[in-house]
Amino acid sequence: MSDQPEMIRVEAVSKSFTLHNQGSVRLPVFRDVNFSVRAGEVLVLAGASGAGKSSLLRILYGNYLPSSGRIEIRHDGEMVDIASALPRTILEVRRRTLGFVSQFLRVIPRVSALDIVRDPLLARGLDPAEATERAGAMLARLNLPERLWTLAPATFSGGEQQRVNIARSFVDPSPVMLIDEPTASLDARNRDVVVELIAEARSHGSAIVGIFHDETVRERVATRWLDITNFRAAADAA
Amino acid sequence: MNALVSPNALTGTLRPILSVRSVSRFYGERIGCADVSFDLWPGEVLGIVGESGSGKSTLLRCLSGIDRPDAGEVLFEATPGADFLEIFDLPEQDRRHLMRTAWGIVHQNPRDGLRMNVSAGGNVGERLMDRGDRHYGRIREAAADWLTRVEIEAARIDDQPRQFSGGMQQRLQIARVLVSNPRLVFMDEPTGGLDVSVQARLLDLLRVLVRDLGLAAIIVTHDLAVARLLTDRLMVMKDGRVVEAGLTDQVLDDPQHAYTQLLTSAVLAV
Repeated sequence: MSDQPEMIRVEAVSKSFTLHNQGSVRLPVFRDVNFSVRAGEVLVLAGASGAGKSSLLRILYGNYLPSSGRIEIRHDGEMVDIASALPRTILEVRRRTLGFVSQFLRVIPRVSALDIVRDPLLARGLDPAEATERAGAMLARLNLPERLWTLAPATFSGGEQQRVNIARSFVDPSPVMLIDEPTASLDARNRDVVVELIAEARSHGSAIVGIFHDETVRERVATRWLDITNFRAAADAA
Repeated sequence: MNALVSPNALTGTLRPILSVRSVSRFYGERIGCADVSFDLWPGEVLGIVGESGSGKSTLLRCLSGIDRPDAGEVLFEATPGADFLEIFDLPEQDRRHLMRTAWGIVHQNPRDGLRMNVSAGGNVGERLMDRGDRHYGRIREAAADWLTRVEIEAARIDDQPRQFSGGMQQRLQIARVLVSNPRLVFMDEPTGGLDVSVQARLLDLLRVLVRDLGLAAIIVTHDLAVARLLTDRLMVMKDGRVVEAGLTDQVLDDPQHAYTQLLTSAVLAV
């Protein structure tokens, strides 16, 4: 795997939250996190609840700001530091390179399941007819009944919404994928589909960082582990 | 986080469409807005949030050429590749022309943006005539097309806006603004004063239009959910000053400033 390019390089990343309206209490999360992920690897984040796994994932996406450190993502052959990039640069990196798969779908009024899944393909310039076909194939693979495809997912069950979200994320896997609990409310059959999708994305060269509560899923997808507890920051006075 | 990543913020563009430098406006001793600077790039949607009195509407009035700032510059690239214009250095007449052609302004109250005694088709077609279009058939055709795009039946082209509901009036105003193919659109609380269900329809329409047209836009809103859905970047204002700025989902999900933390924690879920 060492001949594959580094897609993610995390250098000396620390995070703490300061709650200004609650006595300016400062909550340290982790300190001096360093790692890199190459194309074709799945790095699984481990550590107890509250250790900062989700915070780290959000920092990699540019959704949370690190308190210090660099987060470099390979985009168009160049390393871009997400921690200091302009908003428009981060959005461009997200559009073509960096994907986030959460367990929750942000439902937008009136937008159908099929359109939600098609959206990233259209944003990358695919022909609408082909985008529709691929989106439908992905929803079918995740066993979402066809009668639901043209409906807005607001009324769907949690598991159905989650599958729409997964379909959207894997219909055209990004070179770098961040995955937060993708199988949380799925049955065994659909969980297996997600494991397959992750393996396929990896074999196509995606670099993946993920959090998986389900132990069997974790064992099946991981190529490496990172225990975030090793970077615990000492609680200190504000 | 944003479910839909905007495709618009293209990094390939070399320079901003709007460059705002140290803009301030005072009302006597009181600060309207103070020392605001930012660049807006083609295709970028910037949200300005803050509570009433924070200076966001004052700032919008300065940026959109309505009120002259007491200090600072608003530089605008009227056509791609053209020299920047300092909009308040322009003669009044040229600035007005710019506001009607290269810019669009969507007012919170549709009555401020529409001519209430002119037909729907006339409201939309007027903008094309401002641009120099004189062919009646083509103007009417374009007006009918835009009415359909904002989900108003083309059969209502001869009705006056006063016969429309509030939501329809707002959609008509948007058609009137977008028909002239502006490079930059300003929106002041575009969903304010509408029922929640009507808001949702308008928001979805705006989201699709902004995306399809690749518009640069500045949207003032106090509604963080609207900001999350429509904008790429946010500026948070308090007491006339920008206290925090950044990528929209980052500012909303990991706010750094005390005031932004207060704003985001005051709503149930955005």
